[in-house]
Amino acid sequence: MTAAGPAAGSGGCRIVVIGVGNQFRRDDGAGPEVVARLSGRLPPGVGLLVSDGEPAALIEAWTGADVAMVVDIMLGDGSGAGRLHRIVPGQSGWPQERPVSSHGLGLAQAIGLATALGRMPGRLIVHAVEAADVGHGHQLTPVVAAAIGALAAAVERDVAAALAAGGPIR
Amino acid sequence: MTHQRDRTLAVTGLARVEGAGSMYVRLSGDEVADVRLEIYEPPRFFEAFLRGRGYTEPPDITARICGICPVAYQMSACLAIEAACGVRVDGALADLRRLLYCGEWISSHALHIYMLHAPDFLGYPGIVEMAGDHRDVVERALALRKAGNAVMTAIGGRAVHPVNVRVGGFYRVPARGELAPLAEQLRGALDLAVETVRWVSGFEFPEFSCEHELLSLQQPGRYPIDQGTLVTSSGLAFGAADFDEHVVEEQVPHSTALHARLAGQRHLTGPMARFALNSAWLTPLAARAASAAGLDATCRNPFRSIVIRAVEMVVAIEEALALIGSYQPPPAPAIPVPAVAATGHGVTEAPRGVLYHRYQIGADGSIASARIVPPTSQNQGAIEDDLRRFVAARLDLGDEQLTRQCEQAIRNYDPCISCAAHFLTMRVDRA
Repeated sequence: MTAAGPAAGSGGCRIVVIGVGNQFRRDDGAGPEVVARLSGRLPPGVGLLVSDGEPAALIEAWTGADVAMVVDIMLGDGSGAGRLHRIVPGQSGWPQERPVSSHGLGLAQAIGLATALGRMPGRLIVHAVEAADVGHGHQLTPVVAAAIGALAAAVERDVAAALAAGGPIR
Repeated sequence: MTHQRDRTLAVTGLARVEGAGSMYVRLSGDEVADVRLEIYEPPRFFEAFLRGRGYTEPPDITARICGICPVAYQMSACLAIEAACGVRVDGALADLRRLLYCGEWISSHALHIYMLHAPDFLGYPGIVEMAGDHRDVVERALALRKAGNAVMTAIGGRAVHPVNVRVGGFYRVPARGELAPLAEQLRGALDLAVETVRWVSGFEFPEFSCEHELLSLQQPGRYPIDQGTLVTSSGLAFGAADFDEHVVEEQVPHSTALHARLAGQRHLTGPMARFALNSAWLTPLAARAASAAGLDATCRNPFRSIVIRAVEMVVAIEEALALIGSYQPPPAPAIPVPAVAATGHGVTEAPRGVLYHRYQIGADGSIASARIVPPTSQNQGAIEDDLRRFVAARLDLGDEQLTRQCEQAIRNYDPCISCAAHFLTMRVDRA
C-alpha cells in the first residue's frame, strides 16, 4: 500500500489515514482492508498507509499531520461484532487496550509516547470496528467484512470535513 | 521472613516481550521447586502448511512468522532452498542481503534496548512513563528505529514483512544513487548508536552469570549476520547441513514451543553467544565502543546483554555504511535457481540468535517437508535455568520485587515468543 505520510490537502490541511492491523489475523485485517478500499478514492494529497501499529512507526506516520485518522479494530465480548466506533482520544472515552498483535506495544502506548514527546497530530481520530475473531487466517469474518464499506465511508466523511474546514476538524 | 513459607509467583501476560506467554515459579521453603515458561500463543503450523507449496514460496510465507525479524526468516529460507538447488548467491546480491539484514538488526535492537528493556534498569513500568523524564533518549530510540526501517524499506520494499526478497536474490535492486540518502541517515544513526552503548553501559547490573554452552555462526573476518559456520564455546564446529544432528527439539508439557538442546545440553544463542565467539571481528567503532563500555571478550552476565545489543547496533550501522559505500548494482536482480529434488539447510543470525531452516524439495518443485528452529526455542531451557538460579539467590525478596526482577531477567534474552510458538504471564508459587 502507499507509504505516503501526511500531505497537504487542497484546503492546506495535512491529513493522513493509517490502517492498522495484520491481514493474517482475520478481523485484525480490517484497517488494511479499509485502506485498500480508500485507495484512489481520497482527494490528492491525503496520506494513506498501512501500519502494523508499532508505536515508532505510528508516531512517524502522523508527525506533522493536522489530522490523523487511525483505522483499527476493537475487542469486546463478541456480542457487538461489526459495530462501528469513532473515538477522539482525550475527548471521547478511550477503551482499555487489549493488544491483538504479538507486539508488546500498541496504539494506546503510541498515543502516550507521542504525547510525552510532543509529537501528536493536531487532531487524532480513531475509527474502529468491533472484531469477532482475531485468530489465524486471512479472511475477515462476514459480520466485519459487511461493515468495511460503512467504516471506509466514515473515514471519507471526516476527510471531507477536514478539507472543507481547511484545518483541523472540530 | 517471606522465604519461611511456600509461595507461587505468577505473571500472566508478560509485558515488553514479543509474543504471548507466561511465567510460573513455585517456591517450597528455601527451594525453587519449579520454573516454567508457559507459551500459549497458538502453535504455529508453518512447518505443516509449507508442505505442498512451491519451492520459491517459503521466503514470503515464513516472513509472516514474526513482525520483528521477518528478514531473518527470509534469509534462512533462501539459503536453505538455494543450498538444496545447488546455487550460491554471492557478490552484490549477497551484499544487498547483508545490508537488508543490518536494517533489521538496527531496528530490532533499538526496539528491545530502548522500548522493552531499558525501563527495567531505570525503574519505569514502560517506555511511555520513561519518555516523560527522558525525552531525548526516546527521540534517539525513534531515530534509530527509523534508520533501520529505512534500510529495510529501501532494500526490502517495506519495513514489516519485506516483499522484495526472492530465492536467488531480489525482484528489484536499487541504483547506487538511491542509497545515498540512506547513507546520510545511517551516518547520523551511527553517532546515536555509539551514544547508546555509552548510555546502557552506565546501568546497574545485578551480579549474575551463566555457563551455558554458547552457539553462534562464525565467519572469520566478519561479524556473523547472514552466513557462516556454526561454532560453540566448547570448540565444536559444524555446517548448517549438520544442524539436525547437533540440535534436537523436544516437546514439553507446559509449552506450545518446542525446546531445543545442543548435544542434549542447554545452550544459548543470540548476542552473548555471538559476541563471545566473534568479538575479534567487531567493526572498528564497535570494538572501541565495547572496550569503552568495559565488555570483556566473554560476557557471561545476561543482564549486560543490553550492552552487547548496543554494540551490535554499531556493528550493523558500520556494516551497512560499508556495504552502501562499495555497492555496485548486480547485472540482474536475481540469479536463476531451478528446482532440484533435494534437501537444503540454511542458518543465519536473527537479532535473537541462530535461526535454522531445512526444506526437502520434491521432484515437482514443491516442498515435501520443512523444519524451522527459531532462537527462542533454543534459549528456553537456558532462560528457565537462569531463572531458577536467579530466584534461588533472592528468596528473601518479597513477591512483588522478585516477580519484577524475574521479568527483567526474562527480557535479558529478548525472547520472541511469536517465533518460538510452534510463548509471557508470570506466576510464582511459594506453595
